[in-house]
Amino acid sequence: MSKSASKSHEPLFHVVKRASIPLWQSLLIRAGAILAALIVAGLLTFFLTGLNPIDVYATMIDGAIGTEKRIWNLFQGIALLLCVSLAVTPAFKMKFWNIGAEGQALMGGLAAALCMILYSDKLSPAVLMLVMVVTSVVSGAVWALIPAIFKAKWNTNETLFTLMMNYIATQLVSYFSYKYSVPKGSGSIGIINSSTKIGWFPSILDQKYLLNIIIVVILTFILYVYLKHSKHGYEISVVGESENTAKYIGINVKKVIIRTMILSGAICGIAGLIMVAGTDHTIATDTVGGRGFTAIMVSWLAKFNPIMMFLTSFLIVFLEKGAIAISSEFDLNSSFSDIITGIIIFFIIGSEFFINYSIKFRESKKEAKSK
Amino acid sequence: MGTPAIELKNITKTFGPIVANKDVCLTVNKGEILSILGENGSGKTTLMNMISGIYFPDHGQIFINGEEVLIRSPKDAFKYKIGMIHQHFKLVDVFSATENIVLGLKDDGKYNLKASEKKIREITAQYGFELEPSKKIHEMSVSEKQTVEIIKVLYRGADILILDEPTAVLTPQETKKLFAVLRKMRDSGKAIIIITHKLHEVLSLSDRVSVLRKGEYIGTVNTAETSESELTEMMVGKKIELNIERTKVEETPDRLEIRKISCVNREGITLLNNISFTAKAGEILGIAGIAGSGQRELLESIAGLQKLNSGEILYHNPTTGYTENLRDKSPVKIKELGVRLSFVPEDRLGMGLVGNMDIIDNMLLRSYRRGKSAFLERKKPKDLANKIIEELEVVTPSAKTPVRRLSGGNVQKVLVGREIASSPTVLMVAYPVRGLDINSSYLIYNLLNKQKENGVAVIFVGEDLDVLIELCDRIMVINSGKITGIVDAENTTKEEIGLLMTKNDGGESHE
Amino acid sequence: MIVSFIQRAVMQGIPLLYGSTGEIITEKGGHLNLGIPGIMYVGAISGVIGAFLYEQSAETVNPILAVIIPLLSSMLGSLLMGLIYCVLTITLHSNQNVTGLALTTFGVGFGNFFGGSLIKLTNSDTPSIALVETSKCFKTPLPFAEKLGWVGELFFSYSFLAYAAIIIAIVVSIFFNRTRKGLHLRAIGENPATADAAGINVDRYKYISTCIGSIIAGLGGLYYVMDYADGIWSNNAFGDRGWLAIALVIFAVWRPNVSILGSILFGGLLIAYNYIQNLSFEQQELIKMMPYVVTILVLIVISMRNKKENQPPASLGLSYFREER
Repeated sequence: MSKSASKSHEPLFHVVKRASIPLWQSLLIRAGAILAALIVAGLLTFFLTGLNPIDVYATMIDGAIGTEKRIWNLFQGIALLLCVSLAVTPAFKMKFWNIGAEGQALMGGLAAALCMILYSDKLSPAVLMLVMVVTSVVSGAVWALIPAIFKAKWNTNETLFTLMMNYIATQLVSYFSYKYSVPKGSGSIGIINSSTKIGWFPSILDQKYLLNIIIVVILTFILYVYLKHSKHGYEISVVGESENTAKYIGINVKKVIIRTMILSGAICGIAGLIMVAGTDHTIATDTVGGRGFTAIMVSWLAKFNPIMMFLTSFLIVFLEKGAIAISSEFDLNSSFSDIITGIIIFFIIGSEFFINYSIKFRESKKEAKSK
Repeated sequence: MGTPAIELKNITKTFGPIVANKDVCLTVNKGEILSILGENGSGKTTLMNMISGIYFPDHGQIFINGEEVLIRSPKDAFKYKIGMIHQHFKLVDVFSATENIVLGLKDDGKYNLKASEKKIREITAQYGFELEPSKKIHEMSVSEKQTVEIIKVLYRGADILILDEPTAVLTPQETKKLFAVLRKMRDSGKAIIIITHKLHEVLSLSDRVSVLRKGEYIGTVNTAETSESELTEMMVGKKIELNIERTKVEETPDRLEIRKISCVNREGITLLNNISFTAKAGEILGIAGIAGSGQRELLESIAGLQKLNSGEILYHNPTTGYTENLRDKSPVKIKELGVRLSFVPEDRLGMGLVGNMDIIDNMLLRSYRRGKSAFLERKKPKDLANKIIEELEVVTPSAKTPVRRLSGGNVQKVLVGREIASSPTVLMVAYPVRGLDINSSYLIYNLLNKQKENGVAVIFVGEDLDVLIELCDRIMVINSGKITGIVDAENTTKEEIGLLMTKNDGGESHE
Repeated sequence: MIVSFIQRAVMQGIPLLYGSTGEIITEKGGHLNLGIPGIMYVGAISGVIGAFLYEQSAETVNPILAVIIPLLSSMLGSLLMGLIYCVLTITLHSNQNVTGLALTTFGVGFGNFFGGSLIKLTNSDTPSIALVETSKCFKTPLPFAEKLGWVGELFFSYSFLAYAAIIIAIVVSIFFNRTRKGLHLRAIGENPATADAAGINVDRYKYISTCIGSIIAGLGGLYYVMDYADGIWSNNAFGDRGWLAIALVIFAVWRPNVSILGSILFGGLLIAYNYIQNLSFEQQELIKMMPYVVTILVLIVISMRNKKENQPPASLGLSYFREER
């Protein structure tokens, strides 16, 4: 035996892709990940602030659901995040990385705000609302359609394209913020129609956010049905899983890409409408507030299932609201919530590995694969 | 001559229950070209992968220059100056030839592309290659890419070269050039192993030929002392009785008529060359040929997935009596014309089915468009799924199990079951029993026979000649995109088909 | 006027140059790191923390320590961020986009949390921390710059971090094109299976390139706060610079040497509104859109021309698992 070859190269363990995993096991892994994340975040809280983590978490829960008003705010927050998450989902299912939801929603909001500014005294409130809905949806859809066309036609990288579209949308909002700023030159529009409330979503049962929540709940179910039970949704799945199969059964892949991105953008437009007409009653560059990016995590963590997305967005908004409570209670900075959210997401993302792969310890097998 | 460069003794390799190589012995001398001949699945590539360090043998010994060695990785193989040129090139597209050749080298002195380029030019001059070292891979033809792969191996100082079907992708002129180069390398003392199943190449190039059949080593002969018919017999072996029932169907009208179709790919390589034949209703037409002879392109062009350069695909509709030309029509369009065409592609999970979807949703692939509603109708697909599971004895936890979790045989039952369910008039199947156990294979044969009895025109692309002869009514043999012969299955022999498969020029058009 | 415009453009461009050089190194290894904005943010705040602690503890500020401590703490901060990204995307094969975005959320939160905490510690009236002493040390210009008039102002008036950015970009360019390791890294980004077959340790290269990329990007944050902002940290002042750095990668078609000029151009576009007469506020906002519009045009043009050399690395965004075929 040649001496140089006598040393074995075999690793102690190797990683293989799992064929499948029982549901309870995957849920257990995820729950374990969240628990581990909470422990790490707790320890971090203790070392950074010297506070008792249990107290902190108790405050957090209280801050998120402690009063009726807080619960309403929590659900309003979930509604906004969930709406954007719903929007990105059809595109992601198709493996089209639309990270431009921020911009698409902003364009939808901008359209609604401009309608409110320009047509409040020209159109009747009902007609105005209709115009707002249509322009918001169209603006969001157009903002998504542009990168989709280039993707379908020239295979232009959609991740980078949609990312850049976000900032163009931001600057457009900035432009109009100056153009219609109140007072002139301040760079902010201020509450539109604060006295007449024209173009505002009406309160239902005296709850100003209830309509938003209802719209998003309906959207969630519509999207669930669309993805799971409609022919379009089926085509999206096939294109996302395998373009080869799509061609085999005669699906026009380009058409599906464009159609789906229009839908994605249109729902973003609705999200923007809700943010402007149903929440802020104004438009600013931070109206969407990073939800376009958070939505990507929400959708991905929920495996693109709209119903599951309710849970993931609940988790994130809960953390956010809770952390804001901590910061005021313990006199901490509100950005603390981003740190905790980040840690929890890292753990959940990392735990996916243990769901998709399993680690096999080698016995003294001789097979050495190298491809 | 006569010093062994590499010797294999009793090499055995199994993958689970499948024996890929059994007690193979082989010797290659310095300054010699050895051909390894065998059909698809005879274990040629597995054997070579063990020499190049990709697999490790279960039993047996390898000797290099008379010394026993262990080859555990491609790195070890390099150490023993063994270089393998794979069928699928491992090159970085945007790099130049030189960059690809020096990639991964660590002990090559200072990094200096100019110096490397000079060394490459020396190698090309020595053996008579034609290659511009600064040319980018993506600007190259297939044969240039192959040259890069060969030089990559020579650059690392290989003395033993293994080429896995090097001519499969080359034009005749390029093949000629390659052979000239290989002869020069032999004359400079290198040991060369070439895997092929083209007989004429074996005869014109090699000094000796070793034959493998179904993983077993059959023997080695000197090229000068052998003939095509002897090699064919060694390669295909004696006929094995399979007892597949062949039913006779009386009335067989023409169903599909292929007229002079040709297809050239983007690189300018001819995939289909002037192919004409007729598929009859109530008949199984077998297609035999070495892998990559144009089988896939032929089926895909009939299914509407492959653009053609010329020719016609005529379908005689039995219900309307009309004749439709299907050429360049999309699968949807073909269906709209009322053509009931079913296709079981070679790539089951990558094309025919969606691995992550359950059996029901995979049934939907063919039928989801049905009806005017915007929504899916899952009732019938569910019934169909359950029917297939029951009738074809698909082993699965339920109809809601993702198909990628099923075993190969069950995946194929699901796919064939779905394609048959639409009661086709034309059924095309590509390698339907590949990777299947005996029972599943027979189940598939029976299904195909039943389709034939029902008056379906079945087109069966296969690789096992015994099966083709017993199952099919006629067998069409193609080679390099051309028809080399159409034979009557009852009156043919394996040798005849084997010769047609490797025949170089079947210029005349058959019908 | 022109001289001061170019000077300001360069100063605007340097953080982007750092960010894009770092991102290019990462992307050449096949990883699209959307965490760069977060990493740059952490790079900045880590430097601020280091400088703050040093200024608080030292009686007199030693100029060498005042530079080295923030520099090292900044590098450490961004290195740790890079490591988080590496563990998740390389070892655990997580989705790169999701990981990157989470990293940005985390990084910005981290920066604002510590920024806010430090601001509170100083009890200042304005919501910012001023590290004027440290900034002075960072901003020491070349001694002969003043004597050379406008030439000096144009070419020699910047701080050492600005020159370092340009030198790093050039070195990285040379690394890609003239070294064996650079060749290996590019091969991994294009075709990891081929690189693996050639005996290159894919994961190790990815780890090292991503971490070095993160450190370099983090320096962009440090430059911004210590030099451009005169040592004054206030939350969110860093703005969209991280995303612009990613845009610059595309604009420069993955070439750090092009990104030197690109960064100055982007810097110029960012401040152009200050130098164009009679612009209204809203017009200024439209001008600020230019870098993104230009980037999209570049992206479209390179995809339409479909020239192989100008494409993103072929395996960008895909995780590599050897046994997957």
